[in-house]
Formats: sequence, C-alpha cells, structure tokens
Amino acid sequence: MTNRIRIADQPVLEVKDLRTYFRTRWGTVKAVDGVSFDLRRGETLGIVGESGCGKSVTVLSLMRLVPSPPGRIVSGEIILDGQDLLHLTEEQMSKVRGSEIALIIQDPMTSLNPVFSIGNQVMEAVKIHQDIPKKSVFQVALDVLRKVNIPAAEIRMRDYPHQMSGGMRQRVVGAISISCQPSVLIADEPTTSLDVTIQAQYLKLLRELQRESNLGLIFITHDFGIVAKMCDRVAVMYAGRIVEQGSVRDIFNHPSHPYTEALLASVPKLNEDVERLYSIEGQPPALHDLPPGCPFAPRCPYVMQQCYEEYPPVVQLNEAHSAACWRLA
Amino acid sequence: MTTPAGDFPSSLSTYPKRPGGDRTDAPVLLEARNLKKYFPVTRGLLVSRVTGYIKAVDGISFQIRPGETLGIVGESGCGKSTTAKMLLMLERPTEGTILYQGQDIYKAEAAKRKEYRSSVQAVFQDPWSSLNPRIRVRELIAEPMVINWSISRKEMQERTGKLLNDVGLSPYHANLYPHEFSGGQRQRLAIARALSLNPKLMVLDEPVSALDVSIRAQIMNLLKDLQQEYGVSYLLIAHHLATVRYMCDWVAVMYLGQIVEFAEMKELFENPLHPYTKALMSAALPSHPDIEQEEMILSGEVPSPLNPPEGCRFHPRCPFVMDRCMEDVPAVQEVRPRHLVNCHLY
Repeated sequence: MTNRIRIADQPVLEVKDLRTYFRTRWGTVKAVDGVSFDLRRGETLGIVGESGCGKSVTVLSLMRLVPSPPGRIVSGEIILDGQDLLHLTEEQMSKVRGSEIALIIQDPMTSLNPVFSIGNQVMEAVKIHQDIPKKSVFQVALDVLRKVNIPAAEIRMRDYPHQMSGGMRQRVVGAISISCQPSVLIADEPTTSLDVTIQAQYLKLLRELQRESNLGLIFITHDFGIVAKMCDRVAVMYAGRIVEQGSVRDIFNHPSHPYTEALLASVPKLNEDVERLYSIEGQPPALHDLPPGCPFAPRCPYVMQQCYEEYPPVVQLNEAHSAACWRLA
Repeated sequence: MTTPAGDFPSSLSTYPKRPGGDRTDAPVLLEARNLKKYFPVTRGLLVSRVTGYIKAVDGISFQIRPGETLGIVGESGCGKSTTAKMLLMLERPTEGTILYQGQDIYKAEAAKRKEYRSSVQAVFQDPWSSLNPRIRVRELIAEPMVINWSISRKEMQERTGKLLNDVGLSPYHANLYPHEFSGGQRQRLAIARALSLNPKLMVLDEPVSALDVSIRAQIMNLLKDLQQEYGVSYLLIAHHLATVRYMCDWVAVMYLGQIVEFAEMKELFENPLHPYTKALMSAALPSHPDIEQEEMILSGEVPSPLNPPEGCRFHPRCPFVMDRCMEDVPAVQEVRPRHLVNCHLY
C-alpha cells in the first residue's frame, strides 16, 4: 500500500520555524509557535493533535488563508518547489493556491456552494487554473469526477450538493482539489463527518490518487488510527509546537514524548482487551497564557522541576525521529 | 435453533453475564420486543396523504440486565438513535413493546410511567447543546430532584455536592454556568445530572465522540467507575468499534433498522459472523501500523429506509450475496452459543 509509492529524495515542501500569532483581547495567542517539517513527493505526513493545538492554523498558514487581522504569520519560511510562499503577493499566491497546493477541509457541507451544480464547481476550478480551450474543460472535469469514482459522472455533474450524500460530496471536494494536479494536497480531518464504511472507501481513494500522481499528502487528524493506516511520518503537536516527529513505526513503537505515549495509551484498541485506559488528567492549556516551561508539564507523569522553567530542547533520537522533552536531553 | 425474524430465543435471558459471573439469575431490567418505528412520509400541504413509511426501526428485540452495558453499533441512519428515543419515551413505538421490570411501560399506569421516566436517563453526544446555558450548575443538577423528589434544600445541596464529586468536579463548581466549563467537564455535568435520580438505566448516545482524544479516556473510565458504584445499566450507542469493545458486555450490530448480529462483546470481536459486522471491523482503523487488516471495503452506501431492499437488507452491498438473499428474509439463528446472526450464510 503506502510503501509501494516511491518517495522522492528532495522535499517538495519545507516549513521552517513557522510562527502564526493572533491578537486577541486576552493577549497574543501563539497558535503556531515555531513549527518545522518537510514533505517529499509521494509521502504522507500526519499532523496529530487535539483541538486547539494549532494544527488547523498550520494548514491555514500553509495556504496563506489566516484571517488577518487578528492573525498574522510572524516569521518563518514555507518553501514549495523552491519558492517561499510567504514572499508572494496575494495575486501570485492565488495562482499557487489550488493549482500547486490544495486543501480538503473537514465538512463537505460547507465547502461546496449550494447554488451551483457540482459540474459547474469542478469546471470553475479547472478554468481558473488551467489554460485549456473552453471545449475541453467539460471533459477534464468529467475525467476528474470519474477518477474519484463518482458513479454515472455525466449525469451527476448536473446535481447540486444537497442531492448527494456526505461521502459523495467529499469525493467532489476531492475532485476539485486534484483537478489541477497539485504537488501537495492537505487533508484537514477529511473523514470525521463520514460513516465508518464510507471513511474506508474515501481513505482508499486518497491513497490511489496519491499513487497515481505522486502527491505529497498532509493529513491533519486527531485519530491515531488514521495515522496508522495512512501515514509514513507523523508530527505530534501540542500547544502550538511539534513535540515529537518521526516515522510512523518509531512513533508507535517508541513514543518518546510523554504526550505521545499518553495519547497512544488512551485510545481503546479494536483487537485486544484493555482492562483500563490510561487517561491524561487535566486539559490542554489556554494558548494566550502559556507558562514559560513545557506546556505539557502540568499533565505530565514524569514532570521535573526544570520542566516548569524552560522549554525543552528538541532532541534527535535518530535521523528522522526527534522529540522535545527534558527527559531525553 | 430458529425463531421468527426479530424475535430472539428466550433462552438467552438465562445466560450468565460471563461464565461463572455474578448476574446469572438477575432478572431482566429492560426488554424490547419486536420494536418498530415507522415515520410516515406525507405529500400535500392542506390535504396531506401518506405516501410511504420510513422504517427507521423495523422489529428489534434485546434485553438489558442490571449493571450491564449493551452497545448498539451501526452507521448513521441505521435506527440506533430512534431506538434510544423510544426507550426514553420520546418517540412512541409503532409496534412492539418495551418491558421494564416485566411491565409494558406504554400500558402501565401513570405512576409507573413516571417512575420509569425517572429511572431511565440520558447523556447525549453534544455537551454544548444539551445543558441549559442560563441556569447555574447547582440548579442544573438539582432540577430532576426538584421535579421528582420532595427533599429538603439541605439534602439537595449535599447530594449535588456528592454528585459533582463523583463525576470528578468540585463542589465549588456548583455556582458556575455551563459556558465556564470545557467539553469534557460539560459531559461530566451531563452525567451528574443524569445520575441525580439514581437511575437504573442510562442511555448514552455517542457520549465521547464530540470530545478530544485525551478527554475521551477520562470520560470512558468515569462511566465505568460510576457503573461499579451505582450499579446502573448502560445502553451505549456508538459508531466507534474500539469504544464499544472497551465499554460493553453485549453488542448489537444494526443495519437499516434491524439487528443483524447480537453477541457477547468478546465473542463478537473474536468471531464476527455477519458480513456487515466483518466489513465494519475491516473498515475500523488499526491501532498500530503493523496490523494487517483484511481488506473488505463495501461498495455503495446504505440504501434508503423508505424503500429497503427485498430479502436480506444487506444484499446489495454484501460480498457473499447468494440468490436466496434477494428473496428470503433471513431468520435469526443462534449459530454459536450466545451469538445470534441474521444471515443466510449460516
């Protein structure tokens, strides 16, 4: 499955020390605070975290869609195919958006326009980003809809979003995102609103699309099951930072950050009996009022004095596996 | 051993909860017999006529014993929430009976019905919309007691404090409003409120799926602890199989308004028999990247309950479909001890 896809050596997307802050009346919220990762073609990176950990703001920053004000990308670099997206003008960015880096968001109800037929919406994306004769736009749109396995695509092109089921709608969103052959596709919790069997169909489809066009895929999720099934590498986020990053097997077999360890232990298993789940006490911290040290310290079972004083350094455990924790330093 | 569709062998009721278990001869707390709910579909504004029925729940039967958890799994539209509503007396069944401690609740006198309503409580999925934002936690939790019991203000206060304590909050939280709590804490409030009348059965409709991953384990553990302490039974409605595995003693798998498989938790997860159950398990996400799963991805979607397929309702999506599946409705069979399946394969 995933390992049959050839992963390129050179990264197609590099994010370096990205910081996105929001000004609110409670103070500056550091939603993304120094996030770095890279992604190669054919690779799937999972970004895992709970709500409010900054994973969706990371995505919005990559697409340069952070609402401003109050949000602002304070610093960092987002290098896609050699160009820094943060240095593009809005006009240049809107050409990149959709054609080189595309996004599938969680809720297919709100990402499609209810007053246009779905054929119309797929064709719109094709028309904007590709310089092809008007006549063939229809054909291109039909082809992508067939590619995402919409049955009887010619007929369904005339349908409106409300006439389709959630799974079908999410397929249409997928069709729009891949219509211009982007090099990076970001899927922000694409299956949370779908049923289990429909989710399985959709994940399979995403994997086929990735294999076909050698996409770099970023999966934003809170579900380690999706990570186990889909991803090659994982970045675990907590309170705006990546606390651990590594290959999927490293993360599952040797979770090194206490948060990753606790998260993995708190998920019930399908094929084994668990007498009692580990539960992380307390709640994720409020981002406008972070303590100086490690934000996980108040919930951490291994907490030390040092953890409250200073943010831990990022420790390289092996070539691809790193974690930010004082225990490892 | 074959019985008409939808009617489970009565011998099931005599089985112990687990081998050598403690509730061997515990009387059944609640029993649903051939429960049906059809919603009429109407046409016309002034003179409306019924053009069809949505068969949301179409003949299901199950039993819950004291202190047990029965899980109902299925995809959206399979009728699991309608079932919950019927047990809560929020929807009147079109057909069938609900027996509570042996008595038909729809035929019982008013006093018995009132007792039933207070001993069956619910916790819903979304703690943001299930708590009244305009009253303090103190009133929120005491409200069911005010309505149903006549106890002094002091007792009420003590009990509210104890309930808050039991669900892992502090008595000082009683003076706050729901919006001052996080999602997990709100779900704790909803549980405290449901527990306030010492219910015998709690209907948990997706109690953790709206919560964050690290909070889910807290709430699941809390529910298990409370079950030990209060001896309450749960009817857990969920779509996440691993959650069901962790929480339940018995599991019923529903598809298009019918129970297709019913077994003890361990038996069901180790020996799933119905093709739909197998497909659900193969569609569930693995807990480790090295777990190889049988690839059994169902094609298509759940058909409309307005016009369910003839014969076995699962046949249009079933990978093992045979000719007779399209015509004959499969009967419920006890294929293995305490394991009922609704399929022609067995």
